[in-house]
Amino acid sequence: MTEDNFKMSNKQEEEVSKFFAPENEKRKVETPDGEIIEINPLQDYFSDARPKVHHPNTSKVVEKFLNWARAESLWVLGFGTGCGSIEIPPLLTPRFDAFRFGVQMRPTPRQSNVIIISGYLAVKTLKRVIRSYEQMQNPKYVLALGSCTINGGMYFDSYNTINRLDYYIPVDVYVAGCMPRPEALLSGFGKLKELIKAGKGEKANEYVEKFDWYKANQKKIIQDWNMPDYNW
Amino acid sequence: MKDLLERLNTKYNLTDIKYQRDNLVFLTIGKENTIDLVTHLRDYEGFTHFVLLSCVDWIEEGKFQLTYFLNQPERKYDIAIRTMIDRDNAEMVSAHHLWRQITTYQRELREMYGINFPGSPGVDENFILEGWDDIPPMRREFDTKQYSEDTFFPREGRKTHDPASYMKEKLYPTEPTTDKVNKTDE
Repeated sequence: MTEDNFKMSNKQEEEVSKFFAPENEKRKVETPDGEIIEINPLQDYFSDARPKVHHPNTSKVVEKFLNWARAESLWVLGFGTGCGSIEIPPLLTPRFDAFRFGVQMRPTPRQSNVIIISGYLAVKTLKRVIRSYEQMQNPKYVLALGSCTINGGMYFDSYNTINRLDYYIPVDVYVAGCMPRPEALLSGFGKLKELIKAGKGEKANEYVEKFDWYKANQKKIIQDWNMPDYNW
Repeated sequence: MKDLLERLNTKYNLTDIKYQRDNLVFLTIGKENTIDLVTHLRDYEGFTHFVLLSCVDWIEEGKFQLTYFLNQPERKYDIAIRTMIDRDNAEMVSAHHLWRQITTYQRELREMYGINFPGSPGVDENFILEGWDDIPPMRREFDTKQYSEDTFFPREGRKTHDPASYMKEKLYPTEPTTDKVNKTDE
């Protein structure tokens, strides 16, 4: 899908532009490089470039230090699907206190590096999950809760929920259960930390390497694909 | 409630009147008079609260059963008005002008059962399913398990064994032959 699908034709633009507020009109802006470009505030700007593999640091000592640092600051995207989203808020209470493990919630994909898929995933939600996952910055990790993300769980025969999450986005750690308690979720975070410290939290690179396979699976499920192929 | 029903009976042809409680009654009415009756109850009998609009698929009879559930807040009356419509080219008169929330119910029924409500705002827009191109999923001829298996990459289930033969195989990998047994006995 190209950028043209999201653009209006010239005639449409003319008709619509009569109703624009002044701040929505096209204008010229100077970039930090000194280049002057035209900006249309009503157009979606996004990158169509394919993602790139994030190579580890050449120095093993530095990489080990970076992995330690990454493992100690897991910032979770506040994104809840299914019944597991109820298990996440108790993590932040004094009883379970996920802050002591460096786990904290963030409101936007740009600020976070862990996404928790907390239970069954409808096709409609999968679309939002893919967008959120792709907007997250490297290094990023996926934690899948509950049997629904493993094999569909009790929704194995539903027409509207997916069966296996790892066909659409790469999963680092599965936490089995229906529904796993917050303790199990904390243990999942512990496992994720171990993986990262051992340098095995490279699933984001796997997503890049098998990008076409993942995209084909996603597009097989999502019938009305009306978003860019990669939108980071 | 009884006097209300008597009053309605003089005006409409009601069938299958069934009291679930003293203040809850289910009744069936022909497709043509349904919206009439709903309007009448709202405007003259004080049924100001619309509870729900639901559908049941009677596939053997080739019918959809729509239920309009109304509530009378002052006297705590509930009334459920049922009507049967044809399954093929299912179509019903829209009631969105009576309560705005009926628009949403009708969008849902359009998507899940394929019932058309001409004139209802946004009835053809996507409601929950985005870009659905199969038969409506809540119709009973739709095989949801088959669809799930064809679409969602099912994970292979774990292997199951017959306990008797499996334990026998595991504990006694090869059965001792009769010759050997005889020799050891001697």
